[in-house]
Amino acid sequence: MRVRAQIGKVLNLDKCIGCHTCSVTCKNVWTTREGVEYAWFNNVETKPGTGYPTDWENQKRWNGGWVRSASGKLHPKQGSKWRILANIFANPSMPEIDDYYEPFDFDYDHLKSAPDMTAFPTARPRSKITGERMERIEKGPNWEEILGGEFSKRSQDYNFDQVQKDIYGEYENTFMMYLPRLCEHCLNPTCSASCPSGAIYKREEDGIVLIDQEKCRGWRMCISGCPYKKVYYNWDTGKSEKCTFCYPRIESGQPTVCSETCVGRIRYLGVILYDADKIEAAASAERETDLYGAQLDVFLDPNDPEVIAAARRDGVPEDWIEAAKVSPVWKMAMDWKVAFPLHPEYRTLPMVWYIPPLSPIQNAVQAGQIAMSDQMPDVRSLRIPVKYLANMLTAGDEEPIVHALERMSAMRLYMRALTVEGVRDEAIAARVGMSGRVIEDMYKIMAIADYEDRFAIPTTHREQNEHGADIRGGCGFTDGNGCSTGETGKTTLFGGKKKKFALPQETF
Amino acid sequence: MHNFLFGIYPYIALSVLLIGSVVRYERDPFTWKSSSSQMLRRKQLIIGSILFHVGVLVIFVGHLVGLLTPIAIFDAIGISHGAKQLLAVIAGGIAGVMALVGGGMLMHRRWTDPRIRKTSSFADIAILALLLAQLVLGLGTVFVSLQHLDGHEMTKFMSWAQGIFTFRSGAAAQIEDVALIFKLHLFLGLTIFLVFPFTRLVHIASGIFAPLRYLFLRVGYQLVRSRRHRPLEERRRAFDKLQAKRGPSATTPAE
Repeated sequence: MRVRAQIGKVLNLDKCIGCHTCSVTCKNVWTTREGVEYAWFNNVETKPGTGYPTDWENQKRWNGGWVRSASGKLHPKQGSKWRILANIFANPSMPEIDDYYEPFDFDYDHLKSAPDMTAFPTARPRSKITGERMERIEKGPNWEEILGGEFSKRSQDYNFDQVQKDIYGEYENTFMMYLPRLCEHCLNPTCSASCPSGAIYKREEDGIVLIDQEKCRGWRMCISGCPYKKVYYNWDTGKSEKCTFCYPRIESGQPTVCSETCVGRIRYLGVILYDADKIEAAASAERETDLYGAQLDVFLDPNDPEVIAAARRDGVPEDWIEAAKVSPVWKMAMDWKVAFPLHPEYRTLPMVWYIPPLSPIQNAVQAGQIAMSDQMPDVRSLRIPVKYLANMLTAGDEEPIVHALERMSAMRLYMRALTVEGVRDEAIAARVGMSGRVIEDMYKIMAIADYEDRFAIPTTHREQNEHGADIRGGCGFTDGNGCSTGETGKTTLFGGKKKKFALPQETF
Repeated sequence: MHNFLFGIYPYIALSVLLIGSVVRYERDPFTWKSSSSQMLRRKQLIIGSILFHVGVLVIFVGHLVGLLTPIAIFDAIGISHGAKQLLAVIAGGIAGVMALVGGGMLMHRRWTDPRIRKTSSFADIAILALLLAQLVLGLGTVFVSLQHLDGHEMTKFMSWAQGIFTFRSGAAAQIEDVALIFKLHLFLGLTIFLVFPFTRLVHIASGIFAPLRYLFLRVGYQLVRSRRHRPLEERRRAFDKLQAKRGPSATTPAE
């Protein structure tokens, strides 16, 4: 057993209202710079849809994630080390910026500076890359918002695999959900495995996956390696960038910006202890449907004295062990089994998990005679097909999804009985293998979701690995290269600002 | 002048290449990159870049081996000067055409595609132009070489290059009487060495070392970095020692 800790995350899709506050606050903090205008470390997609970048889930096209060879060994889908190096001159699996969208802005200045005209002045779009007029905007960061576009296009969605999707194009059968996405900070990240420079690494202390900007050489293999397409190439600096899990905030015990600002209170952060020795075996599980269970086995119970002893021995700080015991992520993933990894079949062992959404009953005809089983609505008759959710969260295995949805609807029934009728109906809880007390705890954390219940983040122990005297007068957090701004062309050879040559002019 | 260009300038160029690269790598590693533009436009890049890079690499290795291997070794293994020259002309010619076609595609793309043009620096375009000019000159020398197939001219360049690297004083004199196109090719080559640390060419160095580290030094695929001072095994031993002592600090982790 090799115990490590990671700050894991759960997103409760049942409560996501698709307001994009997470995306916007994230963008304002991290990606307003030139070169990453198109990049959204966090974005929210409307599902069913092909997402951003278009069709990202289709690994037949993008070759992200891992594959298991016949011998049971894993290698990145885009190829083993030799194959990756052979593609270094031109990466055949890398998306072009048009697969995301060409970043644009509008000519707002024209509205106030336009000369006297017969027609009202307009603000036309301009490309943020070339500065030229764009006649037509073909795509944006959230092009399919609330089921925008034709069903025929949106139904290319990979999660429709083995779903009779044609009926969902009909108005009466339409369904939708939101899927906020960010870097998964995987236990077995393909981005770092694909990087020839060794610039991408996972942090031992908190599991955050980062790109060393000074070591990245722009070989671009991480972009195609990541199956979630959450590594972005900055075309200005020539380096790859990705979600940093707001590590400067996490280190000081604060939630990430997206979690902090989440209006729907759907985001949870907490410590998960895991066994680093089990990662390889778990990621190489033979059947794709076994991967979810295999990942559960990698996680270690923070209440088990043996695990606690091993964690101490391996250097996990005491307050991190305590935080793991109250971790909302542990509760939702392990205790209640309502949270699932996004696309476990990519074999990356992602660490940002999702609670599937409940949805209304399938159609109006059944509304009067709700398909009930045992006084509970049959979750298989909900509007969002269980198979669709299973394709997204459990590699197609419907059982765990049904189980989670049943627990969630049982929570509603139980709490309804409690608040309306004042009855603690243990029978409801028992039907889904829980007790009333657990359901009330679940309700407090998942439905009320107070700040302190959502986030249990221990601070980093900087005192153990930094000396104050060494960092005095340092540069703090920078995007580039320590104290150097890392600009080329804009500075002189020796770092100063370049001055335009100008003859001295007399002014009067 | 001849002595300066081919006796002294090589040392200037190589010194700037070496010291400049070290300084840049140390002072501003953030700027050390390949500056790929594939994200902005895939068209023409896939074929162009592969042709260009493979061609240039073959030429580079060819020049390295061809110029710096002592003549005695070729004589010892029985490769005549004429045969060596023929090999150089054929292999170099094919690779040169590949590189020129690929480079031409890349230049066309960089010059005409508005996205690439707008995001190119002066250095990006200038270095590509220099390399293309060098390829044209290099291919031009093939026609001169074909006029004397005995390999005698070629041995002059070998003695010159080896003379430079072994600090022999009369190196420049070895190529006093070669055709002008060779001299231009040599001068431009040295100039490319000179500007190497100031352009994106620095990615060549990473392109050589990174794959070696990736293939042979990295165990498995994953990289984990720790900010803790001591590696895991050491921490465990220290913890076990503390445990054995049984004191109040026995439950705190050994960091």
